[in-house]
Amino acid sequence: MGDRGTKRWGGIWQWLLPVLFLAALVGIWQIATSTGAIADALDLEDFLVPSPAEVATALWENRELLMENAWVTLREMLFGLLFAILVGVGFAVAMHFSGFVLRSTYPLVIASQTIPIVVIAPILVVWFGYGMTPKIVIIALICFFPITVNALDGLRSVDPEAVKLMRSLDASRWQRFWRAEAPAALPSLFTGLKIAVVVAPIGAIFSEWAGSSAGLGHLIQSDTANFQVARQFATVFVLSVLALALMGLTALAERRVVTWR
Amino acid sequence: MRQDTRMTPESRGSQTVEPPPPRRQAPADEIALHGVDHAYGELQTLVAIDLEAPAHSVLGLVGPSGCGKSTLLELICGLREPAAGTIAVGGATEAAERLARCAFMPQRDLLLPWYSAIDNAALALRNQGIGRRKARAAAAGLFERFGLDGFEAARPDELSGGMRQRVAFLRTLIAGKPVLALDEPFASLDAITRAEMQEWLAAALRTDPRTAVLVTHDVEEALYLSDRVAVLSARPGRIVAELRAPAPRAPDRDAAVTDPAFVAAREEALRALRRGMRGS
Repeated sequence: MGDRGTKRWGGIWQWLLPVLFLAALVGIWQIATSTGAIADALDLEDFLVPSPAEVATALWENRELLMENAWVTLREMLFGLLFAILVGVGFAVAMHFSGFVLRSTYPLVIASQTIPIVVIAPILVVWFGYGMTPKIVIIALICFFPITVNALDGLRSVDPEAVKLMRSLDASRWQRFWRAEAPAALPSLFTGLKIAVVVAPIGAIFSEWAGSSAGLGHLIQSDTANFQVARQFATVFVLSVLALALMGLTALAERRVVTWR
Repeated sequence: MRQDTRMTPESRGSQTVEPPPPRRQAPADEIALHGVDHAYGELQTLVAIDLEAPAHSVLGLVGPSGCGKSTLLELICGLREPAAGTIAVGGATEAAERLARCAFMPQRDLLLPWYSAIDNAALALRNQGIGRRKARAAAAGLFERFGLDGFEAARPDELSGGMRQRVAFLRTLIAGKPVLALDEPFASLDAITRAEMQEWLAAALRTDPRTAVLVTHDVEEALYLSDRVAVLSARPGRIVAELRAPAPRAPDRDAAVTDPAFVAAREEALRALRRGMRGS
């Protein structure tokens, strides 16, 4: 009984501690802003330093605007990630099967990550216009890298003894891939996918800043010009929720797929 | 001294048994190695290996660690090619043909964690293009015969060490190949489980005789399970002795391994091992 009691309390504390910590932070922020302490210290107008209550109000009053723009950004991220997965896994498999592909493309894959997004985003906007295309390209460009590198590592991590075993058990090259190498690479692939999901919102915001007519990044940019700081905070909050939801979905998918860990 | 033992004073004196004269027509399952050398780059691993195993016999390979006995097994299986000499399995000398005739059981059980026990056992059938349902049905019969019924759907990490080795052995057996190549199959098990598994394997081979090559560092295991045991020297591996086992795969293991003939053979093998370690 006593054991179960402590265990249950341990479980509750695991949730309660971060919640209490967050509540304390928000509380301090509320006090610091409503008394005008931060604004005074920074020598700013009060409306430039919104309190949590003001951010919550902005969130509620702008809910339709935020939803519309969140939907635009979410679509960009989902399509960008989809292409990143297709290209990333495709590259990893091609590199795993062919030493020629590996040697000829691996340096380029790494070089692709040295291109500053800030530089390439405006060029893509010039080429593809203000629509979805440049956003998808930019998100795919930064997200395929962690997917490729991790998937390739996973494919190479396969036990050489398992390869001998599969050869001796009459496996063709493709059977060896599907039955031994691909499942062994799945945990690494999900690691890459989680990194990709976290950097996707950054790519989305950057690409929207380079030129767009809608989206959370576009909203933040226009609010900066109009000193709508409370709504900016609300937009960032929505963006974080989107990123967390995508992360949660990825973790859930991993638990459903990689059942042997 | 038992009637069937071939341990004669002469053979004990010379510590080798003359290999039988090569037959003109090799039966399908026979393994024959002649003058096999192997090297990893500059590192000479095996020198002038001559070995023969008739059909449905078990050939044991013992030697100090690093002597190249696992490499020798992979050579026989067609997973590697020798630097010199010929290796024939069922008359075939090409690596791909040898690979088609041998089922390899690696040192660790290497059950694939994403498959259930029965899907692991049926892996070779699936690779041969048989549907999942049929492959499982074929494996299910063996699960029952080998004391694994009830564990068909278990994941490998839910099985004990001994059970994992049984599933790994069934996987090798189900491949339906004439030759089984076993690389230290029980090395990872504790002493009691290992003895049990040796008895189990002996029973399996009595009911379903196959030609097998058994690599082990355990002299007793080799002499109990094999018909003939080749002792290899430290690297580069050469054959320093070849012994006949007094009572291969006897139903009563405890009686077999304490029999004076067995004990004498074990001592002889150990002496050969020690000579091989010193480098001859």
